Amino acid sequence: MQQIINFVLRNKTSLLFLLLFVISLALTIQSHSYHKSKFINSANFITGGVYEGASGISDYFGLKTQNEILVEENNRLRSQLLNSSDSTSSSYASVDSVSYNGRYKIQSAKIINNNYASSKNYLTINKGEKVGIKEDMGVITSKGIVGIIDNTSNGYARILSILNTKSRINAQLKSSNHIGSLIWNGKSSQKVQLNDISKFAPVKEGDTIVTGGQSSIFPQGIPIGVIDEFVLDVSGDTYTVEINLFNDMTNLSHVYVIENLDAEEIKRLENPIDE
Amino acid sequence: MNSLTLHSIFRFFLLILVQVLICNHINFAGSVNPYPYVLFILLFPVNNNRTLFIFLSFMLGLFVDIFSDSGGVHAAACVTIAFVRPTVLKFAFGMMYEHQSIKFSNTEFGNRVIYFSILIFIHHFIMFTMEIFNISNIILILQKTLFSSIFTIILCVLISILFSNKQQ
Repeated sequence: MQQIINFVLRNKTSLLFLLLFVISLALTIQSHSYHKSKFINSANFITGGVYEGASGISDYFGLKTQNEILVEENNRLRSQLLNSSDSTSSSYASVDSVSYNGRYKIQSAKIINNNYASSKNYLTINKGEKVGIKEDMGVITSKGIVGIIDNTSNGYARILSILNTKSRINAQLKSSNHIGSLIWNGKSSQKVQLNDISKFAPVKEGDTIVTGGQSSIFPQGIPIGVIDEFVLDVSGDTYTVEINLFNDMTNLSHVYVIENLDAEEIKRLENPIDE
Repeated sequence: MNSLTLHSIFRFFLLILVQVLICNHINFAGSVNPYPYVLFILLFPVNNNRTLFIFLSFMLGLFVDIFSDSGGVHAAACVTIAFVRPTVLKFAFGMMYEHQSIKFSNTEFGNRVIYFSILIFIHHFIMFTMEIFNISNIILILQKTLFSSIFTIILCVLISILFSNKQQ
């Protein structure tokens, strides 16, 4: 017994090093497996507060661009509204967004921490459980998709960016209904990849890729990007498509969080009895 | 002694804030970021107890990890360089370290650059290996390590020259 204690005391530095190294290794491995990085994340009180304070200052530098983006979006929505053929009246009063009772609920939020340079990128937004933001909600901007909420605290939430090698999002061609899964190979922040598009699909350079309706996270038809190039897989059955994103992921500020009000019901239907 | 402790605590938090608010968002040439927060480990007083030093390094890395959502990669890299620091000190400074009389502000410039370079390179290599976590991407790991290391070394040397209080 004495010898064991002596051994521990003599090697206490090495033992401490080993212990701490194993802990950090465990944290790393945990963060590499999807939906498990609960413990160490930036959606908490301290980091959220620091990032919000810092973004309060740095936001002033991007005000002009952000205003232009918002005006552009307003412009598009306004013209959609005035030119819609099936609306019975064109008066603004009939468009009451509060009584909107569709499948999706939309909330605005602001990015307070944006990352795009590592291979596992996360973003932090300034809204959380307090206003009803939950895991597995989709996040988009006026131009295209951003990612999926993967962790929330009371006042903040973390987004798993589409620029993350763990991200898998259901997507399809706009011109036909061939679906594939959207991944990122970690190389460029302007490009993502679409896998598993059937070789019978009419793939053309310059075609638009949108989100597919197969998942309960994003509504169908949210724009993602245009096809840059495509190659047939080694197996010869599917295409791998390189996509240029519509969104400039390096310059994000205002985003919309989409909640699918039927998500629960769909999930219940798809996995009736899991246990 | 007390002012030294205070100084260290101040440096600890200042370096974390500088790292997560500024240096994590530089993205030079697309994705090259410096990690000057390791200066805390590099310049930690030598004749202090090692257990505390390793523990502090772990906390430093963990804080940076929490802010940058990276699991435990910074913590692992920091603990490792804290553990191997005595060996590197001996290699870089030789006799001076043997006599426990080392003060970073009055070491030779060349020695200091060597000391910084070795530890920063080890730190970055472990960090990127764990971040990418795929040995088949070894080229990517080495490439990232090389570019980031150069950036960090330059920044660390500059900071240590600017803020060294050398009074003769």
